[in-house]
Amino acid sequence: MEKINTSQSRRSFLKSSVLASGGLMISFSGLAKYTLDDTVSETLPAEQWNELTGYIKITSDNLIQILNPNPEFGQNVMTSLPMIVAEELDVDWKKVIVEMGPHDNTKLGPQFTGGSNSVRMYWKPLREAGAAARQMLRDAAAQTWSVPVEEVTTKAGMLYHEKSGKSGKYGDFASKAAANPIPKGIKLKDVKSFNVVGNSSKNVEGLKIVTGKPLFALDHFYEGMLIAMIEHPPAFGKKLKSFDAAEALKMPGIKDVFALKLYPDGFEQAGFDTRTFNDLLVVVGNTTWEVMNARKKLKATWEPIGETKETIGGFRGKTEVVIPAGLESTSTQLEKMAEYAKKPAQELRKDGDPETAFANAAQILERTYTAPFLAHNCMEPMNFIAHVTDEKALLVGPHQAPGWIEPTLAKILNLSADKIEIQMTRMGGGFGLRAYGHYLVEAALISRKVKAPVKLVYSREDDMTYGIYRPMYTATYRAALDTNKNLIAFHVKGGGIPEHPVHANRFPAGAVDNYLAEGWTIPSNITIGAFRAPRSNFNAAAEQSFLDELAELMGKDPIDLRLELLKRAKENPVGKNNDYDAGRYAGVLTLLKEKSGWNNPENKKYNRGVAAYFCHASYAAHVVDIVTKNGQPYVERVFSAVDCGVVINPDAAINMVQGAVVDGIGNAFYGGLVHKEGVSEQNNFNRYRMIRNREAPQKIDVYFVESEIDPTGLGEPPFPPVFGAVANALYKNTGKRFYNQPFINDLNDKSDKS
Amino acid sequence: MATINLTINGKKQTVDVDPKTPVLWVLREHLRLVGTKYGCGIAQCGACTIHVNGTAVRSCSLPVSAAQNKEITTIEGLSENGEHPVQKAWLEHDVAQCGYCQTGQIMSAAALLKSNPNPTDAQIETAMSGNICRCGTYLRIREAIKEAAGQK
Ligand code: FES
Ligand code: FES
Repeated sequence: MEKINTSQSRRSFLKSSVLASGGLMISFSGLAKYTLDDTVSETLPAEQWNELTGYIKITSDNLIQILNPNPEFGQNVMTSLPMIVAEELDVDWKKVIVEMGPHDNTKLGPQFTGGSNSVRMYWKPLREAGAAARQMLRDAAAQTWSVPVEEVTTKAGMLYHEKSGKSGKYGDFASKAAANPIPKGIKLKDVKSFNVVGNSSKNVEGLKIVTGKPLFALDHFYEGMLIAMIEHPPAFGKKLKSFDAAEALKMPGIKDVFALKLYPDGFEQAGFDTRTFNDLLVVVGNTTWEVMNARKKLKATWEPIGETKETIGGFRGKTEVVIPAGLESTSTQLEKMAEYAKKPAQELRKDGDPETAFANAAQILERTYTAPFLAHNCMEPMNFIAHVTDEKALLVGPHQAPGWIEPTLAKILNLSADKIEIQMTRMGGGFGLRAYGHYLVEAALISRKVKAPVKLVYSREDDMTYGIYRPMYTATYRAALDTNKNLIAFHVKGGGIPEHPVHANRFPAGAVDNYLAEGWTIPSNITIGAFRAPRSNFNAAAEQSFLDELAELMGKDPIDLRLELLKRAKENPVGKNNDYDAGRYAGVLTLLKEKSGWNNPENKKYNRGVAAYFCHASYAAHVVDIVTKNGQPYVERVFSAVDCGVVINPDAAINMVQGAVVDGIGNAFYGGLVHKEGVSEQNNFNRYRMIRNREAPQKIDVYFVESEIDPTGLGEPPFPPVFGAVANALYKNTGKRFYNQPFINDLNDKSDKS
Repeated sequence: MATINLTINGKKQTVDVDPKTPVLWVLREHLRLVGTKYGCGIAQCGACTIHVNGTAVRSCSLPVSAAQNKEITTIEGLSENGEHPVQKAWLEHDVAQCGYCQTGQIMSAAALLKSNPNPTDAQIETAMSGNICRCGTYLRIREAIKEAAGQK
């Protein structure tokens, strides 16, 4: 397989390091500056590129290229990150050529998409990269024209010296600039003077998308490439015992069938090495259809796995995890959760004296919520291309954080990291699933075994039944009221399979004198992973439904109750470690109240539900308006308010919020997997119900809080509160409270359980 | 294996495949027309939508033998450079997020407008409900269709 890009430049530009707390620190360690000697783009004349900073290349002909460093999975960083560079570089955005950068964590930073981090973590480095390059160009012009650099100005890719009337294009000075010393003390623009950031720009890959260009790894072909698929065990808790490939091997186009072990015994996994199945049964052939057919002829027997121990490293240090044996079913899991909910749990936070407050309460409200495992269901099923030889490895495909799996690949393949090249393709969705790297390792091992380039393809069924799901969660909320209906204590006890959802330091922590948060877990052999706003996506459903019911009991408007609590948290916070900014939180609710016409009598015809949440450093709130259509509740309108600091690309940001709302409505109503004896009852979209066009709202109005605060997260924050707002609106529509997701189950259940 | 004659985007093509092979895989892997996507393989998601004699069809569930002597259009044949009104409207409304579902969405929309140039909201929603978008771009899809229909 021809190696397209040999660039392995290790010149330091950005320094990033992972903090012990799990956070990521990025520091600016000086600018790399050199004339480019490697090929970066196939499509442009490479020899003329002058690289000004790691992200910017300019030719003498004034072609300006900005590299997007971060993996693109639909959050539109291909557009928004280069916009940030262009802003400080001061170029005409329409003339900028945007390219996907190579995978090179030294030169291009952390390169991971997740935790709504892309813009947050690149905001400062990209501004500095743009500003530094602009400064270098001004220096070069000042030298050429023999004028003081302070007198050299820029505008839209041009340099000017007003007094002498001299001017020139950036390209004229690019090679000279690239030879100049690194500027110190770079000055960044004032947010108020931005003209690229804050103006809507179309997706730079829009035309390629609508014309069906080969953007995704599944669309790529290499000389001699074979297709591989993996037959994984039919149930969680099982493994391959034996197989007979004779029939499958006779099928047309089939090259090989073999069993393959993914990680060796005792392998110490990194935090994102999660895999569900270790013994793989692999079928390799010429085309996907032939391999799919041959799989039907496999004769495999599977046996139960006993209890296993795994050592997992990660940001928080090494842990031993015991994976239980057994074939799990949803019904028994729910029973077990109910049982665990009554047992003592781990205390996560305690303020005041909640026990006494509950003992003395005039009234106690207690409610329990549950949510199922969710499959990510990225529209592009999992896949990766690998070509591994004894000397080197090339991997091409969709992944959210290639730098996290690279060390694992190095260990498993016994190659040094500089012999492993990963190319990042556009992802057909990720939602957290593509942060895990097992499928890169699978593709690499298969390629090494068959000594050819291989495209590993998961069928939809493989993808949906593999695991790495949003965990199964439950939480019991309790609130204590005094005789005047004042809230005197709040208690959350959350649990899950196999992790609990509780964020102990989030609202309403800080707003109630007596507060207790507890968590418990039940281990499982069904694997879990990050799913759009992990844990938050459940908490916002449960907590925000509970607050709605609490407001009703207290005789208060649900928005007003939240605002009162937030006022308390702002003016006189309880405890010290409150995660959120009560002022910003109240800000989105206030904006939403106004924009949704919350108190406007005209809106009485809708069954309205409200919810708000804080996560990924941003604040989001929605009003969901339900009507009855064809005898069923239908979300007709949604109003959304978001505070995510400076908004880079407003129209694309609106698209992201609208998408999160639709995704949230879909998952709240329909999402979920049901297991029986370790087997998922859903393995494709005929049984796993996804929201469809006709079920999406007629309108979703999105409002951003105007802000000059550095950008905070956007891909995830609007998602969690949708669940709560839907549940609260459903209550208004049906008179029933919805405690268990997906809501469609209780909606279809006409018996009145309340 | 059999020799199958196809007309794709106005061009005659011959492939030597198992006649039961779905058109989806013939397009993608034999003819390298990769704008038609695989999403489910069971006619549930619409990612693989093509036109057969002008009608939207899920190519994952159409055996290639049944496509002989019919006019097949794929996203690559809808227009050369994204100039079809539906594609233009898609760009105007910046519909895509991840983009994976969008070629299928566009093919469904183009077929709808061909048979019904002035669809009602309800007709648009019905026609487009066979195409899943996990990114949730349905509102913009509807807006783009209305724009392409000249309703905006
Ligand atoms: S791949 Fe054909 S409808 Fe999903
Ligand atoms: S844009 Fe991602 S699935 Fe539709």
